Amino acid sequence: MWIFILAELLVFAIFFSSYAFARSGNVELFNHYQQTLNRNIGAANTVILLTGSLFVVLAVQAVKVGKLTQCRNWLLAGVGSGALFVILKSVEFADKFAQGISLSTNTFYMFYLSLTFFHFMHVILGMIILAAVAWKAQAGDYSAAEHTGVETGASYWHMVDLVWVVLFPLVYVIR
Amino acid sequence: MKAVAVWLLLVMLTLLTWWVGQAGYSGQWLVMALLVSVFIKGHFIIADFMALRGVALLWQALVHGWLILVLGLIFLAYWIGM
Repeated sequence: MWIFILAELLVFAIFFSSYAFARSGNVELFNHYQQTLNRNIGAANTVILLTGSLFVVLAVQAVKVGKLTQCRNWLLAGVGSGALFVILKSVEFADKFAQGISLSTNTFYMFYLSLTFFHFMHVILGMIILAAVAWKAQAGDYSAAEHTGVETGASYWHMVDLVWVVLFPLVYVIR
Repeated sequence: MKAVAVWLLLVMLTLLTWWVGQAGYSGQWLVMALLVSVFIKGHFIIADFMALRGVALLWQALVHGWLILVLGLIFLAYWIGM
């Protein structure tokens, strides 16, 4: 899983630096259209993902002392935070689409839509992974001695969080 | 309860970033300050949430190295744009 996580991080690194270097040639355009983004939703989604990460940390702590039901509940709370992120991001996307904004509108929106949609898909995958781990915790497949699956699923979720922590300031704030 | 303290720090830094955005501040020093804030957030996510603190140095170096590389490239690109 860690090789997969590093590969994902590499792809996001290419995306982030492409955005930053594309901006260096179109500073005014990027600064102007960045102002049209909904920073309130962006910041709220950051707090939601960070809170989801805290829930997942608590799930790992619970399984380490053999509390499987508690572990499952924290993981489901993590899935819930992911669902909240997906809902808010969908509202943001819907608003942009309603204004007729698409990938071909301009370079800024091309990066904004593709970067955030790519991350959005990772949140959904993270939710699926957490739900699967919660299911296995429910089935009693983990113990205080053997819980690698929980830690691995947690690491993927934290990677999704880590990427967003770079993405939010980069795309929504830094100018 | 260290995780809760880390979470609180991350949320506070996020709110600070949001406030900078709302105020519309810009400039080289601000870009640097925001990138340092991202580094702090990233470091705590890697060390405490991903639980890489105390794990094999190679993994820590790889993920921290990713963060430093990304932030360095972003700063370089912004510096060129200035």
